[in-house]
Amino acid sequence: MQAIGNFDELKKYREGLVSARDPKRKVVAVCTGTGCKAYKCDDLASALEAEVVKQGLSDKVEIVPTGCHGFCERGSLLVIYPDDIFYQKVSVDQAAEVVSKTLANGEILEELLYEDPVTGKKIVKESDIPFYKHQQQLLFGPGRRIRPTEIDDYLALGGYEGLAKVLSEMKPDEVVELILKSGLRGRGGGGFPTGVKWRTCRDAPGDTRYVICNADEGDPGAYMDRSLLEGNPHSVIEGMIIGAFAIGSDQGYIYVRNEYPLAVSNVHVALDQAREAGLLGENILGTGFSFDMRVSRGGGAFVCGESTALMASLEGFVGEPRAKYVHTVEHGLYDKPTNLNNVETWANVPLIVNKGVDWYTSIGTGDVSKNPWGGSKGTKIFSLVGKVKNTGLVEVPMGISLRKIIYDIGGGVPDDRAFKAVQTGGPSGGCLPESFLDQPVDFDELSRAGSMMGSGGMIVMDDRTCMVDVARYFVKFLLDESCGKCVPCREGNRRMLEILTRICSGQGVLSDLDLLERLSRSMMRGSLCALGQTAPNPVLSTLRHFRHEYEAHIVDHRCPAAVCRPLITYTINDECNGCTLCKRVCPQKAISGEKKKFHVIDQDKCDQCGVCIQSCKFDAIDVA
Amino acid sequence: MLNLDINGRRVTVRKGTALLAAIREAGFEVPTLCHHEALEPYGACRLCVVEVREEGRDKTRVVTACNYPAKAGLQVETESEAVVETRREVLDLLLARCPGSPVIRELASSMGLHRSSYPPDQNRDNCILCGLCVRVCEKLGFTAITMAGRGAEREVAAPLKEPPPDCVGCGSCARVCPTGNIPLVDRDAMRRIWDRDFEMVRCTSCGRAYITREYLESRVEASGLPASHFELCDECSRSRTAQTMYRHMVLDDKEASHE
Repeated sequence: MQAIGNFDELKKYREGLVSARDPKRKVVAVCTGTGCKAYKCDDLASALEAEVVKQGLSDKVEIVPTGCHGFCERGSLLVIYPDDIFYQKVSVDQAAEVVSKTLANGEILEELLYEDPVTGKKIVKESDIPFYKHQQQLLFGPGRRIRPTEIDDYLALGGYEGLAKVLSEMKPDEVVELILKSGLRGRGGGGFPTGVKWRTCRDAPGDTRYVICNADEGDPGAYMDRSLLEGNPHSVIEGMIIGAFAIGSDQGYIYVRNEYPLAVSNVHVALDQAREAGLLGENILGTGFSFDMRVSRGGGAFVCGESTALMASLEGFVGEPRAKYVHTVEHGLYDKPTNLNNVETWANVPLIVNKGVDWYTSIGTGDVSKNPWGGSKGTKIFSLVGKVKNTGLVEVPMGISLRKIIYDIGGGVPDDRAFKAVQTGGPSGGCLPESFLDQPVDFDELSRAGSMMGSGGMIVMDDRTCMVDVARYFVKFLLDESCGKCVPCREGNRRMLEILTRICSGQGVLSDLDLLERLSRSMMRGSLCALGQTAPNPVLSTLRHFRHEYEAHIVDHRCPAAVCRPLITYTINDECNGCTLCKRVCPQKAISGEKKKFHVIDQDKCDQCGVCIQSCKFDAIDVA
Repeated sequence: MLNLDINGRRVTVRKGTALLAAIREAGFEVPTLCHHEALEPYGACRLCVVEVREEGRDKTRVVTACNYPAKAGLQVETESEAVVETRREVLDLLLARCPGSPVIRELASSMGLHRSSYPPDQNRDNCILCGLCVRVCEKLGFTAITMAGRGAEREVAAPLKEPPPDCVGCGSCARVCPTGNIPLVDRDAMRRIWDRDFEMVRCTSCGRAYITREYLESRVEASGLPASHFELCDECSRSRTAQTMYRHMVLDDKEASHE
């Protein structure tokens, strides 16, 4: 590709791309995100391609391996445009049929259609599927139609138009003002107004400024940023170039987890293509503005997602946070003013530039016209996981209710179990009970409820979840991932884990709850970085909303959800018909009984592993 | 220069002064364990927490005085309820970690804490991970020891947990350690530290074995001065300097007045 020298050339190049495409040609978008890779989606895409060639349909059909579609529960996925036919759980050996029947003859393959778990009806069009219908995929949408490794696909969709607009029509200050007015707030978890950050960085004294993309996503179960970088890396890169122009930077960094190999590789490809196209590097689009960036791969420390630790790691030091009393926008990377934003935040930027402030602020909550903290605007991508029927990535407008996300999009709790709690905000977020389901989801409402937006993890829990055990799990995670530098975080998390473990094993006392609260207060006030300051959230939110479960463990020596092994007992009830299966699978040899006769569990030998209850086909084992 | 209020007392300090220095200048004391004036602030022990209200803000917040820059119009409380509770909790946690350390016990009991709320750790040394040893070693240019591990596994260690090859036996780490946790033994002109033995050089004046050969060589190399410049121990060196100065300033003056 030849470098695009100016705005006109960009426009002409795009027009050329669009006119070269036959609008009647069917496009099969095959999800090739990391989730679907586990279902051999790459083989599926190749098989489809081969079949299209074999059946002589190359002129009429194009196979496009795209980024993540979000509905990971149902991989491998494909959508046939323009008919919007959605096929799920497609295996490689079904490729021939898809091509010969649907693509050649327009015949719908019933067995590949999605069946609504609520109504039991098969749905043909993707836009009719509840999982997609209630979403608003502003950031995610484009990535589902393009090849992440082809800049032409992005350009044809209007990619880099925002950059051209900014460079041709706007002054840097105007760009900052635009982002400020849009009410965009940091999607990495903090919710700090992006425009305020940009302005402070732009105004900071000094000639050299850096921009950084934080792609060190580390919350368990969360993969929004990975999917964006994998599926549409150019949208993030374009956002960064616009940001660099606004702030006055000529060097950027993308700090991405090395555990995200596809994201790393797609970003590298995208950067090379953007450079070759004259959209990155020296003299961008012939305007004289120069900006380039590098990719730095993280070594797997959760704490490196914290901005100061990330910058230390970028400089080659151990990834440990420092106090932010002096802000990184003034003294950041190499002590220079540095503007760091999260992947999703950057991806919002071209959107705002293209569609304008009025459009953007029409989505979301509150009023940001006077106060950038006055509301939450735009969409947010959540990774909806746990005990929910439709797991996957969902992009929704700010202000949507938790109920809508969990029930309308997520389809509710599987196996007819009762909903118990939803954990938002990653490990240092909080757990909210059913009474909060109508809570609008935005930065401020979630904080008020005792949880937080975080980077967008959302874990649904059913009645078989023990809330004390959940708190213990997250504290354990945070202790393992604490850098260990400051006393409240290192020692505090250790003691918190100790107390929770005590409670889970029936050794707790009621005064432990006061101790947990006191320790939490000091950790929040006294810890050096946000990891330690927010680490007590899982404990405090479960104490606030599920205190009775703690008390049941301590006072009654009972785990209401039957999870904590030292506090539960397995017994065999009258349904037992003596099939002997439990007796055979019990690793402790704790079950005795003759064939076709009632079986008994020896409580002294039983170690509550639960294998018996999982194996029993007659509901003959009780746990309490 | 800028003005701020510390416990209601107005103080004036130079711009760029750390809050801890301003507090001490105002005559107040806050405890520290990871702070050393020769080193950059680190903010790890969290004992120097104070409550501040920035000018024009309603809310106060708890910050560490060692690395918080003194700002104009700042109102500082060094013993507020939030401060005392946080500081006490930090000591409670440290007391559980190092129940045998006299320094920690004394600090804790000065806040009325005689027993930790948590079960005391068994078989642990008195390292509180303040990082002073590691930082002073780095500052002197050796970086022979470092922090290893993460979270509860964090520890001070030499590479591969073997006797550190880059150690010159200067002993600075042992000297700055607030809990006296780094063993250093000088005997028969030999020094043992970090499981290594160092030969020591004697002062040419008093004969005391005062420096390890490796440290002496590194000082010669780093300064570019002749080895003879370092042949005296610190005391003899000071005394010789004093004599020289006396000769130049007093005797030379007398000679001059006789002329």
